[in-house]
Amino acid sequence: MTSLTEGPPKPAFRIGMLLSDKRYRSLTIQVVFVMLLMAGAAWLIDNTINNLRALGRDFSFRFLWQTAGYDINQRLIEYNSQMTHARAMLVGLLNTLLVAVLACILATVVGVIAGVLRLSPNWLVARLMTLFVEIFRNIPTLLWILIIFAIMTEAMPPPAAFRGEEASSTMILFDSIAVTNRGVFVPAPMFERSLGWVTIGPFSLSLTFLAIMVVIVGSIWANRRLLAHATAVQNATGERPVTWWKSILILLGPFILLMLALGFHLEYPELTGFNFSGGIHLRNSLVALWFALGIYTGAFVAENVRSGILSVSSGQTEAAAALGLRPGLITRLVVLPQAMRVIVPPLISQYLNITKNTSLALAVGYMDLRSTLGGITINQTGRELEGMLLMMLIYLVISLLISSGMNVYNARIKLKER
Amino acid sequence: MSDLHAHSVAYVRDTMLPEATPPVREIGGFKWLRENLFSNWWNTALTLVSIYVIWWLVVQITPWFANSIWRADSLSECRAILDGATGACFAVITERWPQLLFGFYPRSLYWRPTLAAVLLLVAITPLLMPDLPRKLLWFTAAYPFIAFFLLWGGTIWVPVVTMAGFGVGYLAYLATRSLGPLAAAIAAIVAPLIWWLFLAGPVSGALGSVMPWGLQPVRSDRFGGFTLSMVIGVTGISLSLPLGILLALGRRSDMPVVKMSCVIFIEFIRGVPLIALLFTASLLLNYFLPPGTSFDLILRVVIMVTLFAAAYLAEVVRGGLAALPRGQYEAADSLGLTYWQAQRLVIMPQALKISIPGIVNTFIGLFKDTTLVVFIGLLDPLGLTNAIRADTAWNGIYWELFVFVGALFFVFCFSISRYSMYLEKRLSRDHRQGMTR
Repeated sequence: MTSLTEGPPKPAFRIGMLLSDKRYRSLTIQVVFVMLLMAGAAWLIDNTINNLRALGRDFSFRFLWQTAGYDINQRLIEYNSQMTHARAMLVGLLNTLLVAVLACILATVVGVIAGVLRLSPNWLVARLMTLFVEIFRNIPTLLWILIIFAIMTEAMPPPAAFRGEEASSTMILFDSIAVTNRGVFVPAPMFERSLGWVTIGPFSLSLTFLAIMVVIVGSIWANRRLLAHATAVQNATGERPVTWWKSILILLGPFILLMLALGFHLEYPELTGFNFSGGIHLRNSLVALWFALGIYTGAFVAENVRSGILSVSSGQTEAAAALGLRPGLITRLVVLPQAMRVIVPPLISQYLNITKNTSLALAVGYMDLRSTLGGITINQTGRELEGMLLMMLIYLVISLLISSGMNVYNARIKLKER
Repeated sequence: MSDLHAHSVAYVRDTMLPEATPPVREIGGFKWLRENLFSNWWNTALTLVSIYVIWWLVVQITPWFANSIWRADSLSECRAILDGATGACFAVITERWPQLLFGFYPRSLYWRPTLAAVLLLVAITPLLMPDLPRKLLWFTAAYPFIAFFLLWGGTIWVPVVTMAGFGVGYLAYLATRSLGPLAAAIAAIVAPLIWWLFLAGPVSGALGSVMPWGLQPVRSDRFGGFTLSMVIGVTGISLSLPLGILLALGRRSDMPVVKMSCVIFIEFIRGVPLIALLFTASLLLNYFLPPGTSFDLILRVVIMVTLFAAAYLAEVVRGGLAALPRGQYEAADSLGLTYWQAQRLVIMPQALKISIPGIVNTFIGLFKDTTLVVFIGLLDPLGLTNAIRADTAWNGIYWELFVFVGALFFVFCFSISRYSMYLEKRLSRDHRQGMTR
């Protein structure tokens, strides 16, 4: 009976089996593939080395520590033309992230509103939203950026139009915002008693900002503890303690106190000379990029939201209603959690698209990562190989961070099946 | 029972009443208005806001279109005719539309891109309408070479000899078929490569000197406008689909090396903006190629756009592959189909059907992204708007050009997306067919 455990006789290995036998074939293919890949890579690298030698160049990133020598008109951190290329790159990166975050927020708001309204029983609103979505989706982003930039620079009044008794233009929202062809001027939040700055290496951090963040995060955490406690009481006794005024107090109280302690006030833009001063100056390039990317991507988000809501079958709503849940609770407890599972993953890839599309800043002269590192720095130092590689690496890291965030989310909300 | 009832009720009507007309608010347009526009206060508010928005848009836009000037030589002449009134100056389109469509293509040769566009319609019709005879697909296969010849001109023998490479491959396949399928496959790949790399040049040169047939050559830097968008878009679309499918299969492969390479390639391309890739094509390619090589900028752009779209398509197709139940793969295996047979006959038809919406969205995205080539100095329609504005006669004209270019892109992209919806409906074979939501 021993022959049973031995199995079929193993045929001797022949060279032809490398191709004909399924066990060895994948190995053969992979070896050939790797060899081709290595040959290709070696060829490219060899070419690059030869070309660099012919041009008398080396491959180094030392240019990053040279003086940049150019100005950047919009800077979130301290910068002047005497600082290094690395610092200029950082300023550009922050500008990229700033417009990306702003556009993501706008896209989400526009997308949710348009997506929900597209499903509205109101015939007129649904048609209007369909029109909006189709028009914005089917025309290139770059054209939208140019259009909004042209609206800002060509169709808006010059600052001089705000002058005098009989001014032809007025500031909007209680004289606080001025929309001019040189940009939008909005009130700036200011603090009379600032807490100062701490400097850690090349970064300096505002303590005021830090304090506000700590208070906000702390209030939210305390509020969640309160709600958790209320739920625990409800589970134990069946009575839910009244929490709404406590929530408002916890969320707003410390924040308002901090604001009063810091002496918070708004600095309004004022017309002095030929232009507005004071307040925050949002340049036309930023506004154009922000609104174009936000609204364009918002049209795509609207479609995601719509399909997400439609993906929850009406049986779910009906079952929830049969359990006696009120409409608000049905939306919050049954429809939204299921719709979010469909909405969020494509939403995050839209955020990714926005981040990459910020590189279209080139069209309107916004000083983003591509315009600083991938533009002026490359032109000044002639290091296009290093500069482009570094820029692509940075974009790649941002993208991978966002998509790993998406993977974490997907794993968390995945349907828990057997 | 009925007599009991008659006793308990004082009066029972024994004839039917004539049908009364429903109240006016329950019929016709009034009912529709009430149900669709004014069902509650929130709906009413939405309706009023929408009506205001529509009214505002109409008031803003109508005079601009109604007063539009179609014949003038410059923007200042337009303004003089308008005399202060609001109005569009579409005269710029009247004067410059050939440029927006064809770029700086020689004026006397406009018939060539036009013919190429018409033939494109002929070539894609059998793909779009499966009821047509399949023989027409041969024309579709030959179309790229015809279009190349029409657009770039030059000797006719370059496209013909290139096309002959496929014939060479087929002949090599026939000749070596008796040696086994693998040998035949290798021969079918190697023979055309040898033909293209070493023989095609001398052969076309010899044929050209004997029979100098051809069209007037047009250099790539004369290309522009929608011709350029179409060239890049159509080539990118048709090349990126097969590449994307291969990448998707590679990413799902059991072979770790192949899988890793595909993952790295896809994630790299997807993580980097298209602009960065285009700049790589225009600035860095000279570093990566042997010294002295230089090839056409349009070709470089097409390669980059194709790689870019292929990475996105790979993810879309991978989604379609993942959505197929395992049973399909196992059934194909149990029928004894080889890997490629199973892919061709069982897996791909279903997976691609599932991924149609994503594929079409990627195509539309690619077509819209062709506008980015303006950044590396090619004159696509958006680049031409800048060029036209640089002319003193049209300095300061924005909206008319944007409206024209936007409308053209809209027509293209919108019709592609509608076609994909039709295709989805036609291909749906599941039991929900015919059911409406």
